[in-house]
Amino acid sequence: MKRREFTQMLGLGLAAGMSLPMLNGCSRKPASSESIYNLPKFGNVHFMHMTDAHAQLMPIYYREPSTNIGVHEARNRVPHLVGDAFLKANGLPRDSHLAHAFTYLDFTAAAQQYGKVGGFAHLATLVKQVRASRPGSLLLDGGDLWQGSATSLWTNGQDMVDASKALGIDIMTGHWEFTLGADRVMEIIENDLNGHIDFVAQNVKDFDFGDPVFAGHTMKEMNGVPVAVIGQAFPYTPIANPGHFTPDWTFGIQERELQEEIDKVRKAGAQVVILLSHNGADVDIKLASRVSGLNAIMGGHTHDAIPQAIEVKNAAGELTLVTNAGSNGKFLGVLDFDVQNGKVAGWHYQLLPVFADLLAPDPTMSALIDNIRAPFAKQLNEKLATTEGLLYRRGNFNGSFDQLIVDALMDVKGAEIAFSPGFRWGTSLLPGDDITMEDLMSQVAITYPQTTLNSFTGERIKFILEDVADNLFNPDPYYQQGGDMVRVGGLDYTINPNADSGNRISDMRLNGKPLEASKTYKVAGWAPVAEGVSGEPIWDVVSGWLRNKKSIPLVAAKQPKIIGLNDNQGIA
Amino acid sequence: MVKHMTRNRRSFLKLAGAAIALSIAPLKLLAEFVRPEKALAATDLDGVFAQLGTPTDSDQIMLESPDIAENGAVVPVGVTSNIPGTSKIYVVIEKNPNPLAAAFAIPEGTEAFVQTRVKVAQTSPIYAVVEAGGKLYKTSRETKVTLGGCGG
Repeated sequence: MKRREFTQMLGLGLAAGMSLPMLNGCSRKPASSESIYNLPKFGNVHFMHMTDAHAQLMPIYYREPSTNIGVHEARNRVPHLVGDAFLKANGLPRDSHLAHAFTYLDFTAAAQQYGKVGGFAHLATLVKQVRASRPGSLLLDGGDLWQGSATSLWTNGQDMVDASKALGIDIMTGHWEFTLGADRVMEIIENDLNGHIDFVAQNVKDFDFGDPVFAGHTMKEMNGVPVAVIGQAFPYTPIANPGHFTPDWTFGIQERELQEEIDKVRKAGAQVVILLSHNGADVDIKLASRVSGLNAIMGGHTHDAIPQAIEVKNAAGELTLVTNAGSNGKFLGVLDFDVQNGKVAGWHYQLLPVFADLLAPDPTMSALIDNIRAPFAKQLNEKLATTEGLLYRRGNFNGSFDQLIVDALMDVKGAEIAFSPGFRWGTSLLPGDDITMEDLMSQVAITYPQTTLNSFTGERIKFILEDVADNLFNPDPYYQQGGDMVRVGGLDYTINPNADSGNRISDMRLNGKPLEASKTYKVAGWAPVAEGVSGEPIWDVVSGWLRNKKSIPLVAAKQPKIIGLNDNQGIA
Repeated sequence: MVKHMTRNRRSFLKLAGAAIALSIAPLKLLAEFVRPEKALAATDLDGVFAQLGTPTDSDQIMLESPDIAENGAVVPVGVTSNIPGTSKIYVVIEKNPNPLAAAFAIPEGTEAFVQTRVKVAQTSPIYAVVEAGGKLYKTSRETKVTLGGCGG
């Protein structure tokens, strides 16, 4: 029933414009197939793309944002549309599998109806299906693959390395991978990936000498066509995450070096050149316009699931496509090129949602995942509490799961205010679900989990909020870091995303009273970027708190008062 | 295949560090260069330009600095001047307590390219100022200094 209904929805989606604009000479037939997963083959060069899986081997729920504000040029532009505006812009029908995959609308009811998403066993089935119809195709992973779950943390990334080899990932780049530390990353590349997965990153150099740390690109011949995939690791890794994990490496966007890399692979004969990026969608869109010679940037980091490829006019006045493929194993992008006489004559892109109920699990992958999880079964399955309401994280401001974390921090640490990082990973739980240790770890599994209790002046607190707000709302995406706003407990504030740097935050109040600039407040937090900070791991703090509570009533996620936005479709 | 030119130079230095004799910079070349003491002591941009002279904008200067600094204490800055007769290159960090951070003499016949590391106290425009034929030219870009954390 579900599969048939889904197919019908898909038909609607395609008729309403879900299929993508073509270049001249492209003659793909509209998909009228039995299933969304039975994509008719197009062209002769094929890339599958996944990104930001955050180590979610099992199917999960993941609520897309109801707040994803775009400012300046990004205002009301993809991906900064939410809910109905998102559906309308992408021609997707309401109340459908696709509407559920791409938006937060009626999340709980839709999640109950359509089931969980992602899961490597289900993803593996889809990958095999695409490979069968597209011999020679490459599977690209955009990074944030080895971090985000209990088992990835407890195995030092080994579970994901093994699963990604079994999945058949061909090429990858990185971000959270680096929080395992430089030595572990190099060990994995040398011992595990060698001969299986090419780890590419043109923008990571030795700090002292400028030597490349990784291969910048990889070249392959696909169905007689030479293709190149260049890697772009997250440019701000040592800023957004602790720099001490990679003390000898420097990152950055590196436009000039990227252009040199593109020119090099073009000169070597590449007829299709892809940048596998962990920049984030807005940086990808800007970068696409500033270099030439790329057919596509296939990106991730900001967790934006963008159904259509964005057509950008590049520095040479030609077309560069930008795609972003969501997160958590929820989507698989398929980009086809028709290459004739050395030139791209047409293309087709589709972002496929991975619905666990619609794709049978691949038995080999299922067995591997069972083996990975078996030694940890007891810890993973420990029930900490039950949630009465929906718990989720993603969105520009506090999600309900973050609210739970800051509430626990303030309670346990005796703090008036708590901060929690604006991570975009972290899965969702439905009302009535158990909160297991595994669920908690999916919010907090990092290699710098220490909790802290600091005394900050009101002035310092404002400075912190302004600093993070600028990383989210700077008019120039090259000055953004791609996380969401720091999650705040205890404090009310007003934010004007369109204001200048340093002037976005106002009217900070604690229990209704204005925050005083020179007064000192007790502020709890976690995930320090400085080296040598000690403190109880966040999972111990929150799990203890949950065990005592047993049942968590509906959590109202505190939102700042947002001002200065005029008809912004990035907010529900 | 992963290439391991990667850590080669660093690993080599670690192994052979003790044995490497560092070459001594040719200090003689700099003998003619007078330290711009007053400009170095200036505490704002106007003060620096009052000492050096007021530069005009040029698109013949390439300034490379990070968009966001990985570590404000050591921010790599590179300047290339394509202006003929370039004799001096200055690096100015507008919001530093003493904005003039570096001054280089470019001997005649050498490539007008310098690279250095500067401290950037807070988010600031960085200026590359070039002296050529007795005139001053400039270009600038902003480098952001942030607390970090909270990404991804």
